[in-house]
Amino acid sequence: MKTLYKKLLEDVRLKEGLNACFNCGTCTAICPAAEFYNYDPRQVIDTVQSKDDSKILELLKGETIWYCGECMSCKTRCPRSNAPGLVIIALRALSIKTGNFIESEKGRQLLALKRTIGDTILKYGYCVHIDEMTTEMHPEQGPIWDWYRNNRKAVLDRLGGNYGQEGAGILRKISNQNLDELQKIFDVTGATEQFNYIEECSRKKALELKLEFSSGQDEYFNHVYEVNNMNHHKI
Amino acid sequence: MIIEGKERIWKDYQKDIAEDNYYYARSCIRQNFFPGSEATFLRILISELGKDVYDDPNHTTCTGIAYHSDIVPLETTMTVVARHFALMTSAGYKNFVPSCITSFGLYTEIIETWYEFPETLEKTRENLYKATRREFEIPDNLAHTSDIIFKYRNEIEKKAKYKLVNKKTGEPLKIVEHIGCHYSKMFPHKGIGGAEYPYVLAGMVDSWGGSVIDYPERRHCCGFGFRQYAVKANRGYSISCSKKKFDSMAPYKPDMIITNCPGCPYFFDRWQYALSEMEGITYGENGNGIPAFTYEEVAGLVLGYDPWDLGLQLHQVACEPVLDKMGIDYIPENKYKGLNNIDLGKPEKATHLKFY
Repeated sequence: MKTLYKKLLEDVRLKEGLNACFNCGTCTAICPAAEFYNYDPRQVIDTVQSKDDSKILELLKGETIWYCGECMSCKTRCPRSNAPGLVIIALRALSIKTGNFIESEKGRQLLALKRTIGDTILKYGYCVHIDEMTTEMHPEQGPIWDWYRNNRKAVLDRLGGNYGQEGAGILRKISNQNLDELQKIFDVTGATEQFNYIEECSRKKALELKLEFSSGQDEYFNHVYEVNNMNHHKI
Repeated sequence: MIIEGKERIWKDYQKDIAEDNYYYARSCIRQNFFPGSEATFLRILISELGKDVYDDPNHTTCTGIAYHSDIVPLETTMTVVARHFALMTSAGYKNFVPSCITSFGLYTEIIETWYEFPETLEKTRENLYKATRREFEIPDNLAHTSDIIFKYRNEIEKKAKYKLVNKKTGEPLKIVEHIGCHYSKMFPHKGIGGAEYPYVLAGMVDSWGGSVIDYPERRHCCGFGFRQYAVKANRGYSISCSKKKFDSMAPYKPDMIITNCPGCPYFFDRWQYALSEMEGITYGENGNGIPAFTYEEVAGLVLGYDPWDLGLQLHQVACEPVLDKMGIDYIPENKYKGLNNIDLGKPEKATHLKFY
């Protein structure tokens, strides 16, 4: 059986993102996540570089790898041209593939991301859509968003949009043929399988946590979307 | 020809940008939150500059937000991007121009990966054909839409009706420029000025009469962080990043923020509103915030477009203080009207931020 380290090595992002790190800590100094969370990308890289599978497994099951914001500021500053952000992406992909994401609070949030961003792509052809984005889920949007949403057809007409209509333009309706092509790409390249696996692992966890699990914004969705045990932060 | 001295050093910070014939790729975020900006980009390119831009109804998301939220595999994103290139190829174009910075970074990363690991390109071609029967060419030229506006900034200046100048005092407006992280932090040689001296927005400000503010957190992330914003439980990360920037820029009393990524103006706008509601903080003068604009909106103001055609009414932080300083002629009561002056009512007032 392949070690976790060998599995990581198969990912082009790890090959691109990790040369020889000499632990200078520049990545941690520049990292927005390291300022906010109990997070130190230097230590993550050090762990991966150790090739110690038990420590890598701890990363895959833990909270740490989910703290990065993938801004890639680390890539610019590393004197050895490493990209800890890319290593994080490879670790997250392996955590999902091995089902270990379900063991951490932050990892379990993948269900909410899949059901919002993922399902929106296959429904509308874009990652976000005004029809789905409410101030209940996004209170920071403010009253102007409510006014815009309530009048979206008229506002978008004024701004040169093509809301919900065929043809080119802003927030047009994406044709079924184009949505079908997206779906087929998802089927052929593993996204559909990954979506199903996230749902399946989440269903089992919901059973364990005694939370209602069905679809959309069910009890388990709201739990992973809103719960923060507050042990993640620096302060 | 031997390139010497400074010229050689700065060569690394230049970028080839196609002259004309662009395949335009819309942004998930910009379409929803700043729709007027995408309309304005096309208006400037087509009507003002006479360029050929293809706006393809078949284009979709690149999956960038999903990819950086880790829910879709790299192979999926590569194949969706390949489909976009196939659409460009079949439409007869070679210059790809995305509206989104996440997309621009991802297209760049994927093309680099294909060169570095040719087996991934071969696999992507196979996947795309299997899923859609499509084939593709890699673009000859890849530039962000802000690169195009930068390239033609002086032509825009020649047509300008207004300058980024305080009309009463004659002083240049003080402007914070914020570059989206994925514009050049990953591949510095793909951005104008690289990651150290990004000039894509500062160049516009210089050409249009403003003055760029240098402040300590100038290159800090806006705080999107993908999953750090998309999931409610994580949003403390996002608002903290933005707050760090506001606190750092506030002492310089900026008149506005200009951005090139669709997400950054959204966070700078919405988090100012949230901070005002949570803590009563307002970062501008007299209960106003610091308006956060897209570069298309700023170009549109300079060209004299109606602010309400640009979509400035969709910002939670009011734009009026900037309009007044620039001496822009606008009709305040048309702010919340639809086509043909149809009355659409008014939004509710925020608790602290000034409402117009």
